[in-house]
Amino acid sequence: MKRLAALSALLLFSSIAHAQDASSVQIKSDRSPAKTEDSRMKALEEQVRTLAGEVALLRSELKELRETKSPEQSSGQQVLLASAHPETGMLPASPAPAAPQAVQTQTFGGASGNAKLLNPDISLIGDFIGTTGHNGVAPGPSLELHESEIGLQAIIDPYSRADAFLSFGETGVNVEEAYITFTSLPAGLLLKAGKKRADFGKVNTIHNHALPFIDRPLVTNNLVGGEDGIDDAGFFLSRFLPAPKNWFLEGSAELMRGDSDDLFHASRRQDVSVVGHLRAYRDLSESTNLDLGVSYARGHNNLGSNFLTNLYGGDATLRWRPLRRAIYNSFMFRTELFWSARDQFSPTVPTLFQTQHAFGLYAYAEYRVNRRWTVGGRFDRSGHATDAHLTDSGFSGILTYWPSEFSQIRGQYRFGHLATAPSDFSNASEFLFQFLFVMGAHGAHPF
Amino acid sequence: MPRLLTKTRFTVIATSLALVFSLLFPVVGSADSKIRIMTATTDLASLAQEVGGDKVDVESVARGYQDPHFVDPKPSFLLKLSKAELLIVVGLELEIGWLPPLITQSSNPRIQVGAPGYFDASRFARILELPTGQVTRAEGDVHPLGNPHYSLDPDNGLRIAKGIQTKLSEMRPNDATYFAQRYDAFERRLKQSDQQWQAQMKPYAGRKVVTYHRSWPNFAEHFGLNVVGYVEPRPGIPPSPQHTVELIGQMKREGVKVIMVEPYFDLKTPNSIARETGAQVVVLMPSVGGEKEITDYFKLFDYDIAKLKKAFDETH
Repeated sequence: MKRLAALSALLLFSSIAHAQDASSVQIKSDRSPAKTEDSRMKALEEQVRTLAGEVALLRSELKELRETKSPEQSSGQQVLLASAHPETGMLPASPAPAAPQAVQTQTFGGASGNAKLLNPDISLIGDFIGTTGHNGVAPGPSLELHESEIGLQAIIDPYSRADAFLSFGETGVNVEEAYITFTSLPAGLLLKAGKKRADFGKVNTIHNHALPFIDRPLVTNNLVGGEDGIDDAGFFLSRFLPAPKNWFLEGSAELMRGDSDDLFHASRRQDVSVVGHLRAYRDLSESTNLDLGVSYARGHNNLGSNFLTNLYGGDATLRWRPLRRAIYNSFMFRTELFWSARDQFSPTVPTLFQTQHAFGLYAYAEYRVNRRWTVGGRFDRSGHATDAHLTDSGFSGILTYWPSEFSQIRGQYRFGHLATAPSDFSNASEFLFQFLFVMGAHGAHPF
Repeated sequence: MPRLLTKTRFTVIATSLALVFSLLFPVVGSADSKIRIMTATTDLASLAQEVGGDKVDVESVARGYQDPHFVDPKPSFLLKLSKAELLIVVGLELEIGWLPPLITQSSNPRIQVGAPGYFDASRFARILELPTGQVTRAEGDVHPLGNPHYSLDPDNGLRIAKGIQTKLSEMRPNDATYFAQRYDAFERRLKQSDQQWQAQMKPYAGRKVVTYHRSWPNFAEHFGLNVVGYVEPRPGIPPSPQHTVELIGQMKREGVKVIMVEPYFDLKTPNSIARETGAQVVVLMPSVGGEKEITDYFKLFDYDIAKLKKAFDETH
């Protein structure tokens, strides 16, 4: 509207100016009566012609202004017309995917730009768990909203993306992960900086909602820092390594502050922890593959800077998923083994320094029976990190039902033979159930 | 006595440095002049091959007989992606469940979203089933950006090929004439074939069909079929008894005789519907490579149209 007002003001001014010019011409001609009637007429004609030209010019300008305004107004309707036949001549010359949406692109592609604008992908995953039965050692609550995980994921700029997962639990909020990933580094390096679950084995990297069971294996709780595991602020560097034919090798080197739950504790700034991981993967056939890994972690434990905990891990996964039946049937077997060497005072002689060596493992197998049902079983065995003489063992049977991709109902029977003192055990027999639901766009997890 | 570890800091730094340097080995790369292209699906691979000819090396992540919504992001793809110069994706969030982590992990700056080597084919295609109202998952696994199975319309194939031609010419200006010639030849052949396909399908124009998933709107529109129902009650939701009963009723009422099913879906429900209604289940390939004989984009339509024609003839 402003532009139109300015234009009409301009029109008014110019016409006034021209009127003045015309009158001055008239006066001039009055002063020189020698001029003939003809020349007066000619001057007037000239005047009219110039004015007509001015008006035409202004009209065309006004028309231009109106035309440039109209596509903006109708761009909303343009989206609805997106399924109209595009004319070949109107095809954009280059795809330029990062460029802001031009009107033309909406006609051909989807409404990708409009739908999300610059918002990150936002998701919430609710994890509701119930427990019944007997557990004398570590009883869980009967019902709990174990965790509500909010995920925010976006591409930051042409060089990086960021992922943040905030977990709202019963005791408060925890930044489970929040890190930037630099995707455009030279030499094929991939660097992540921020807080992240370390690449120590498999289960340590997996969020609660993506686990194939409700609880974490005993060995995770006993040796690898419990539910949060090795989850710390630091730098995470990885790269593919040269590998024999048909093998895929990836190495990761990670440097963290040194605070991970009750596993690592940094009393001083120097007490950083490191994690190294080597992954070897191979497709055995189109539908079967083998995934192997070795891991190492080192950090200072809660007894002080002079007390180290060294962790060694090995993992193996065998997957089978026939491509034609991928949504109906699949099989996975996974086992992880952990060795812990923890500097501490002897549990029996409190003044004696010693390194406690504990070992633990879990083995898990699952089969997808059809599109909606998956059955699985897990075997657990693990020593205690602080006292390797205490060894817990157990097994679980797991049944999962998927109403859709975005919700999941799971039941798990868990039996535990839990050590309370050397050669003194307490049996736990529990039934757990879980409801998981996903809102919004939750980014896919790495394989 | 506690073991004193005064050298902790140095050990840690030395260890991490050693690890970092051990990672700095260069990956052995080949310096041939072919453009290395990775595509999300085999259709896009076929189109890229048509335009690129022997100046490109094309491979698809998904196989033709695989449900493109559910692909395992296997590390074996990472190596290929890490060396790719161009990544052609279907877009419209079809690959949202598996491609983003592959792209990030590939640590290949050339194919990151928005980089010159990231090519979203949906930007060139005519997209159907764009939701106009509010989108919720009560409608199942809907694609809020439109139906991603757009490559089953030869016109879209042509549009995408044109886009690929422009992109390849940008990448290798010296070969621009070659790509232009390849595209022109492809356009000629496709238009010719399309006339034959249209002619073959003409007798069945307006025929009502039921499909398993919403994979066929572009195909149906191009060849004049009328999709009146789906075996899935909602996209991505497995068949339910109630919906199946309703569908059987509808098919009987409307005289629907053909059920089009993608190769990765279970045939149990479609078969039982067919038994009830006297219809025929026809497994059509939604992508190149779905069967061994479907080696390119042309053979895909040859195959599907031949099967469909046979089914229409037998059920009439």
